[in-house]
Amino acid sequence: MEPMLEMFIFETNQNLEQLEQITMNSEKNGTFSKDEINDIFRIMHTIKGSSAMMLVNEVATLAHSIEDIFFYMRENKPENVECSTLTDIILESADFIKEEISKLEAGKQANASASVLSESTKAFLTELKTSNGDIVQEKTSKNSIKNQQYYIGAEKTSEIEEVLNVFYAVIKYQEDCEMENIRAYTVVNSMQDIVKEMHYLPEDILDDDNTVCEIRNNGFKMWFTTVKNYKDITKLLDNTIFLKSLDVKQLASVNECEYWPTKKEVVKEVILDEIPIKPILATKKTECHDVHQTMISVNVEKLDVLMDLVGELVIAEAMVTQNPELAGLELKNFHKASRQLKKISSELQDGVMSIRMVPLSGTFQKMNRIVRDMSKKLNKQVELVLIGEETEVDKNVIEHISDPLMHLIRNSLDHGIEIPEMRVKNGKNPIGKITLEAKNAGNEVVINIVDDGQGLNRDKILERARENNLIYKSEADLTDKEIYAFIFAPGFSTKEKVTEFSGRGVGMDVVMKNINAVGGTILVNSEPGKGSMITLKIPLTLAIIAGMTVKVGNASYTIPIVSIRESFRPAEQNLIYDPDGSEMIMVRGQCYPIIRLHKIYNINTEVTDFTKGIIIMVETEKMTIGVFADQLIGQQQIVVKPVPVYIKNISNIAGVTGCTLLGDGSISLILDAVGLISKL
Amino acid sequence: MAEDINDFYEEDTQKGKFLTFGIGREVYGIEIGVVTEIISIQRITEVPEVPKYIRGIINLRGKIIPVMDVRLRFKKPFREYNERTCIIVVHIHELSIGLIVDDVAEVIFMEDDQIVAKPDIKSAQNQYIKNIGKVGDEIKLILDCEKMLDADGEVFLMELK
Repeated sequence: MEPMLEMFIFETNQNLEQLEQITMNSEKNGTFSKDEINDIFRIMHTIKGSSAMMLVNEVATLAHSIEDIFFYMRENKPENVECSTLTDIILESADFIKEEISKLEAGKQANASASVLSESTKAFLTELKTSNGDIVQEKTSKNSIKNQQYYIGAEKTSEIEEVLNVFYAVIKYQEDCEMENIRAYTVVNSMQDIVKEMHYLPEDILDDDNTVCEIRNNGFKMWFTTVKNYKDITKLLDNTIFLKSLDVKQLASVNECEYWPTKKEVVKEVILDEIPIKPILATKKTECHDVHQTMISVNVEKLDVLMDLVGELVIAEAMVTQNPELAGLELKNFHKASRQLKKISSELQDGVMSIRMVPLSGTFQKMNRIVRDMSKKLNKQVELVLIGEETEVDKNVIEHISDPLMHLIRNSLDHGIEIPEMRVKNGKNPIGKITLEAKNAGNEVVINIVDDGQGLNRDKILERARENNLIYKSEADLTDKEIYAFIFAPGFSTKEKVTEFSGRGVGMDVVMKNINAVGGTILVNSEPGKGSMITLKIPLTLAIIAGMTVKVGNASYTIPIVSIRESFRPAEQNLIYDPDGSEMIMVRGQCYPIIRLHKIYNINTEVTDFTKGIIIMVETEKMTIGVFADQLIGQQQIVVKPVPVYIKNISNIAGVTGCTLLGDGSISLILDAVGLISKL
Repeated sequence: MAEDINDFYEEDTQKGKFLTFGIGREVYGIEIGVVTEIISIQRITEVPEVPKYIRGIINLRGKIIPVMDVRLRFKKPFREYNERTCIIVVHIHELSIGLIVDDVAEVIFMEDDQIVAKPDIKSAQNQYIKNIGKVGDEIKLILDCEKMLDADGEVFLMELK
């Protein structure tokens, strides 16, 4: 992608994100504060300027019409502002711009028309003005339309020779804008069609990075001759992005210019040269905003490769330091060195893992918008509380949980939270509350979605489960948790009426699928009348997990530690054999079925007697089973690798989700609890 | 342009070259272009629920690839692996797979006129043979790798039953 475009997309997205946050905040407060008005004005101004520069005209026009509103609000401080209508306008526009930006990102043309939005924005402004008793100020809108022309139709140079005006202009940029030299260059570029002759200091703005400092300290100075008048020039330059101050002076003749080299070609040449922006962009930084960090964007694939390599390094290291050929040798220095190696490689592993970690805040913030839009449409009043947004999760995991979270929040809002009248009647605060909380718990992230709505209807769920033939054991034996878990079954919905947001019964099973795909689990808890709580437990990362390796015959299998409850060698009196040949184990008064790994996978082993081997209790949200293996080998961090595609194509081996390399270079298959249970 | 030329040369140098290997008394050949490397027999991790001829997976320098016993694929009796047993790693359609063979012989060059179409015998074993090559008195059966990797069809279903 063109570096300029990349910068534009990056900047605009960031601005939009900020815009959304500010807007929603002000909506919450019911008013736009002075700072917020200024911020939005600035953001819209920036978007307008940069998108006009990138020739994304529709976005520029739209941004401009919003800017107008805030210009008016800033200048005239109107008292009657339809806050929520305005918020709607801004958010809709932000969506539109986002859409267009993502088109550009995908390498397509941003070509949707914003005329409807622009019209409604203008209408809003007119209404705002009349409701506040102001006469419509033609001037502002006219001016800005002219401004547009300069950017887009810059080729409209005057053919007629007129009196040339000489100007001296100094542009100073905001302190944190970065890349002053490129920004100066865009100014030069936008000017080049309307000026006759132009010189500027510092000269080598593109080739020489040191000019950044100079512009930062002394401003960017330009001397030029043009047919345009003072007003036009000021207006044009005023649109510069990140402008801090602008000083334009009209001079009597070129003789008054401090810097006016005779060689005219010099400047033109610089302008026409290919823009070598790339090296400068490499040091690109995010806008200095407290919430954002300094970051670079890296292709996730590169990180995956790095992760793979580190994984291999860890294995290779184990192959060297635990090499069987070393057994019995007195190697003091070797062990010292290998300890050092181990330390470095584990730090490296942590480092690479942390690169892939992304805070949940982005995903959480999105929920704000959903809650806002939905509560408006459903006439419910809901407050969303976010806790622990800074919790970090692997990038791949985030991608998988964004959709489920959205579904769950929607569900809470639609099914959980009652309408305000109902809430008042039940003695609750008319404003419902949904809490989205994330926290770290060992190798997992726990996300709670708590609402104080009406809770799940146990009987209704049970009834629906009966209709759908979902009940797998006697109803009396079902625990509340098991009953609530039915809502995740495909096609399950207790809602009589299908609404725009939920009730179609799709969704919850998708949630389940998505969460299971990243090795997570879901728990539902609910108290009638008081609300419900959905808990997601998600592994921090997919790439490396803690696993327990067991041996069966000559084969090794690895079970993720998260699903193991305990492991032990059973005593004969705790084993139960029923007449059908099923085998069960009694643990603390509870009876669990046993799966023999050697049997289901047809492995030759000498250990077939339960009391000679080991039973690992494996837990899923549905049930707990005992898995019988020959012996435990040990617990270790394993790098998860996919099962080769070829084998996957041939047969989908139930219970095996991946494979991993053990310290001695041999391969172990990773077992998955849910798959194993299906083998029962 | 440059790539085209490269492709052209590469194809040119590999064209007509075959890696030959033995299964029992027969000599088979596969196009050298699909062969990535030849390794000696490794420790194989068995994978459950796959046809018998898929012996399992091996660790090829950190990469996990499946291995297929060509003998079993051709429905010949299993033979214990020894020091002459080799794994030929082939790469076809973005897929790496190891082929276990009794022994690897050599790389031979065959002109187009040395290669003739296979006789039209309808037997399961014959379907993996693409052509027949003649070098001197010897017959080399040229394998159709794609067919061999293709697990679809009756053979696969039969094996599962």
